[in-house]
Amino acid sequence: MPFKSLLFSPDASGAAEPPIKARYTSFFIAALILSLALYGSFAALQYQWNWASAFRYKLKFLEGWITTLQISFVSLFFAMAAGTLSVLCGRARFLPLRYLSTLYVELIRGTPLLVQIFLFYYVIADAANVQNRYFVGVSIMAIFSGAYISEILRAGIEGVGKSQLLSAKAIGFTEYQTFRYVIAPQALRSSLPALAGQTANIIKDSSLLSVIAISEFTLNAKEVNAITYSSFESFFPLAIGYLILTLPIMRLSRVIENRLRFDT
Amino acid sequence: MNLELQSVVKEYGSQRALDSLDLSIPDTSCLALIGPSGGGKSTTLRLLAGLEAPTSGSIRINGQEIGQNEAERRAYRSRIGVVFQSYNLFPHFDALTNIALPLEKVHGLSQADARSKAESLLEQFQLADHASKKPAELSGGQNQRVAIARAIAPDPDIVFLDEPTSALDPEMTAEVIDAIETLIEAKKRLVLATHQMGFARRAADTVALIAEGKRVEVGPSAQVIDSPQTERGQTFLNACLKF
Repeated sequence: MPFKSLLFSPDASGAAEPPIKARYTSFFIAALILSLALYGSFAALQYQWNWASAFRYKLKFLEGWITTLQISFVSLFFAMAAGTLSVLCGRARFLPLRYLSTLYVELIRGTPLLVQIFLFYYVIADAANVQNRYFVGVSIMAIFSGAYISEILRAGIEGVGKSQLLSAKAIGFTEYQTFRYVIAPQALRSSLPALAGQTANIIKDSSLLSVIAISEFTLNAKEVNAITYSSFESFFPLAIGYLILTLPIMRLSRVIENRLRFDT
Repeated sequence: MNLELQSVVKEYGSQRALDSLDLSIPDTSCLALIGPSGGGKSTTLRLLAGLEAPTSGSIRINGQEIGQNEAERRAYRSRIGVVFQSYNLFPHFDALTNIALPLEKVHGLSQADARSKAESLLEQFQLADHASKKPAELSGGQNQRVAIARAIAPDPDIVFLDEPTSALDPEMTAEVIDAIETLIEAKKRLVLATHQMGFARRAADTVALIAEGKRVEVGPSAQVIDSPQTERGQTFLNACLKF
């Protein structure tokens, strides 16, 4: 029956790709169900849409979006540095460094970002007399995300096979050479999909910086809300603005994952 | 070469892989270690190659202790070559780089010299067309020949081969055995752990049969394989020759 083949995968495991017609039809149906559900919810609200007032503030949206992009990019850079440093400390001979790394990763991963933002902004930054809230925001994001990157890299390093280490030993590599030529390149490659995913997380998580009045995308959208007495007209562009950034990154993460699977 | 193992014990946790192994081989150019899986031949080979330290006992090669600490063992390892059962090539480097990198980084050759030496080795093992392929693009037999080329590239004193054909089908086994036989012709000193009795008999001058972590028999290869003296040796070799 041709109709069935449009809606059902040819096999259970999902290894074989369904035909293109089936993919489009099924995607359309899924999107339709989602749209109907959303439409129904809003219809029940009997909300009066007023897009014109929100549209007047399009530049404010754009500015916020660009700030989010900038904060995320700079945070990503420093988060990579923090994560790399942490994972290296975790492997250090000097044991206090190892525990420092463990404490960092566990404490950051075990507490909500919002709590860290408040603590860092009102206590640590205040005590250190740091005035620039953007500097504080980037630092918080880098420290927060660095802990997750540290775990991603650690998993990558531990995933390098024992036989590889034995081989490096057999050809007379030093510990440093083994790390530089054998462990690091393989660990980085296998960590790439997760690192791309973490990049998307930084972009989304940076929305919480709005609580310390950093004029990024979310704060600007909230302000438009307050000025125009609207509510959803600014949240929709907000969601779409984040998706423009995160969807391609998550797509990229998938592509890298697939390529790595074929390589090894 | 001359090998001397004195009451060597190797424990992994509570598991005793070698149980006071004594082995004295005054003069051999190709030694085969045979015996049942899990009997200790691979462990013996790893200890001889300085990849691991014995729990106790002493190991001497040509009258010299192979290293008391990791730094000494590393220096020793840079003078030998090792070939593993599952090749253990670096998957992120092509065949040429797998051979050239240790020459450059461990043995101090210039990059150009290292690569040209690697090229000539690949040619010697009929792998010239595969120089820029990664291990995933090569067959098991080709990978193992690259691994052999990597092991002999720095002109090591001894080459250790740990069941080099156990992961291969009969055709690939034949091509790898051919490659190993060129090493013997080139008068390389070899120590190999193997399950290929025919190959061990033909290629090795001395055979040591190790089972349950102890020496069972040592002697000229034909004698040990054709007419083992001990009961343990007879049961093992009968089982080997049955099929």
